[in-house]
Amino acid sequence: MSPKEQKAKVKQVLEKHRHDKSRLVDVLQDIQAAIGYLTKDALQQASQGLDVPLSRVYSVATFFKAFSLTPRGRHVINVCMGTACHVRGSDKVLERVEKKLKIKRGETTKDLKFTLETVNCVGACALGPMVIIGEDYHGEMTPEGIVPVLEQYK
Amino acid sequence: MAKLKSVGELDALRKTITGKKDPKKTVITVCNGTGCQAFGSKNILAAFQEAIKKQKLESKVAVKPIGCPGFCERGTLVTIKPKDIFYQRVRPKDVPEILAETIDKGNIVDRLLYTDRATNQKVTDESDVPFYKRQMRLIIGNNGLIDPTVIEDYLAVGGYAALAKALKMTPEKIIDEVKKSGLRGRGGAGFPTGNKWESTRKASGKIKYVICNADEGDPGAFMDRSLVEGNPHSVLEGMIIGAYAIGSHEGYIYVRNEYPLAVRNMTIALEQAKAYGLLGRNILGSGFNFNVQIKRGGGAFVCGESTALMASLEGRVGEPRAKYIHTSEQGLWGRPSNLNNVETWANVPLIINKGSAWYSKIGTKNSKGTKIFALVGNIVNTGLVEVPMGTSLREIVYDIGGGIPKGRKFKAVQTGGPSGGMIPESLLDLPVDFDELTKAGSMMGSGGMIVMDEKTCMVDMARYYTTFLEGESCGKCLPCREGLRQMRYILDGITEGRGKKGDIELLEELSAMMVDASLCQLGQSAPNPVMSSIRHFRDEYEAHIKDKKCPAGVCKMGRSK
Repeated sequence: MSPKEQKAKVKQVLEKHRHDKSRLVDVLQDIQAAIGYLTKDALQQASQGLDVPLSRVYSVATFFKAFSLTPRGRHVINVCMGTACHVRGSDKVLERVEKKLKIKRGETTKDLKFTLETVNCVGACALGPMVIIGEDYHGEMTPEGIVPVLEQYK
Repeated sequence: MAKLKSVGELDALRKTITGKKDPKKTVITVCNGTGCQAFGSKNILAAFQEAIKKQKLESKVAVKPIGCPGFCERGTLVTIKPKDIFYQRVRPKDVPEILAETIDKGNIVDRLLYTDRATNQKVTDESDVPFYKRQMRLIIGNNGLIDPTVIEDYLAVGGYAALAKALKMTPEKIIDEVKKSGLRGRGGAGFPTGNKWESTRKASGKIKYVICNADEGDPGAFMDRSLVEGNPHSVLEGMIIGAYAIGSHEGYIYVRNEYPLAVRNMTIALEQAKAYGLLGRNILGSGFNFNVQIKRGGGAFVCGESTALMASLEGRVGEPRAKYIHTSEQGLWGRPSNLNNVETWANVPLIINKGSAWYSKIGTKNSKGTKIFALVGNIVNTGLVEVPMGTSLREIVYDIGGGIPKGRKFKAVQTGGPSGGMIPESLLDLPVDFDELTKAGSMMGSGGMIVMDEKTCMVDMARYYTTFLEGESCGKCLPCREGLRQMRYILDGITEGRGKKGDIELLEELSAMMVDASLCQLGQSAPNPVMSSIRHFRDEYEAHIKDKKCPAGVCKMGRSK
């Protein structure tokens, strides 16, 4: 997406929320959904559009776990580290994903294919350990089972 | 849909809806909650719909996606009504057989039935499944009956009747009813709901807010998600009644962004309620106006704390503030605000409908009503369990939960999430209510119940929770920020074989400091997992420190990070 297109998308988001500064969190969420991550330009545009100091936009963007200031992969992997998944060995699943993709949690592969994140419970505890890739839920994961699942994603 | 202008019109609409329903018509309900969706319930739903269309059975058979009835362990759950035939672990490939055998010929597909582990008998009827049988499903029960995206389904089971009744009562009378019911906040602290409403009503100021806290951050707890996903109107109805009693015209629902389906279903619910005039201006012709907005969270555990949540609602960083001034007087934008948890709101219509006298008969002396627990971890029947307050842990874990899988031994149950504590086997007969759990060094919390077997290391669990909280501490106050970090260093050391004499005492000292000096509940309750595990499992700590051994075999002693 070109910077110009990004700018237009951010403008749309700001208009949707009627430039209401109390909707800053929602605005940042929608910007991230529209252009993939929060670019420096987008944060500045949000700051101007909502009439909120850039420092505050930045503090909100770095406070909440949902936001990313760096480009994200085509497929975002979320390994659930909730208690139920932890008790069933989710740390070992995470270790295997890290080893396989050669990235640590919070990082993105060089080819921008995968971003690896962890989440604290998605509430599908019966199926733990749980790995969510994009919008697909993969339950009852094991260190062995996760490898073929990753290979399904192009 | 036309706007309803009076209670009479609502009653008439309800009659039309129930009148249209053919009680003999076969309805296949398919659980469509997040848990079952992970099992592929969407494909099952589609397969049923396609086959029924193909075989031109639409007039005889209907398919209904429902919210989570709670038995997640056996998903995807399919029930055939009106006979209530209960099929579990259904996969898309089973659809043709269910249609050919059960729908067409009326035969039971044996292999899809649930087997009662105690008697080894197959169970056909949903209500005979031991997991459900011992529960009291006042709040979550309707999840299994309605399609959460269809308001008419909610109306058919008596939805919005409590609102109609409430609008004819005075606000004072409603508050009095809620006070008399003994309802206490289901979000964790257990504050009496009626008192909270009363202080917000009495607080000075024209503009007041009501807020629904659906930022369910406790890992391992998902009852609020299931209610918002599976029966959003019950939560909304509670909020409208609350707003009327308090004198508020604006409401917010703060939902976790990790719950996309909950956001979607609640958004639909708001639109439908508005279209029927149950929300918006002049609700049911009463002259009362009320609007609700949904706000999504940003993935911060601390935002479950009321002042942090309100900061986040204002578009600021979710940091809590000291509560010298209650939020009922100065909350959101400095105005009187009443915040309740999802489950608390969902209890309100029930209290108004059935009356406080009826409601207060359920539960224990100081904890009334039922509570939904998310039973997870090393347990046979993972799922949502609703029981009257005062039910013993043993009943929940063994009779409903089916005990510990793989023939292992029970070790502990953690209640209250990361802010709660671990309860050992010796306290299994504890009646679960607000006060008893606090006495045992834990807390009710929002209702997560994580069962741990003998292969779980208590020191590792304390380290897990401390690490979680360290990451989620907002960093505003020093006791929480630094206290958690130092505790985690010590726990890392102990679990990696570097523990030394005096570590336990130091953990206890840090804990006491955090309880006394932290700004908000997150910090004040953060030492609970450490303190309760030391209290009940001190020998495990000592084995790690003195003998450099992990009795459960979890910690890789000697591994350096």
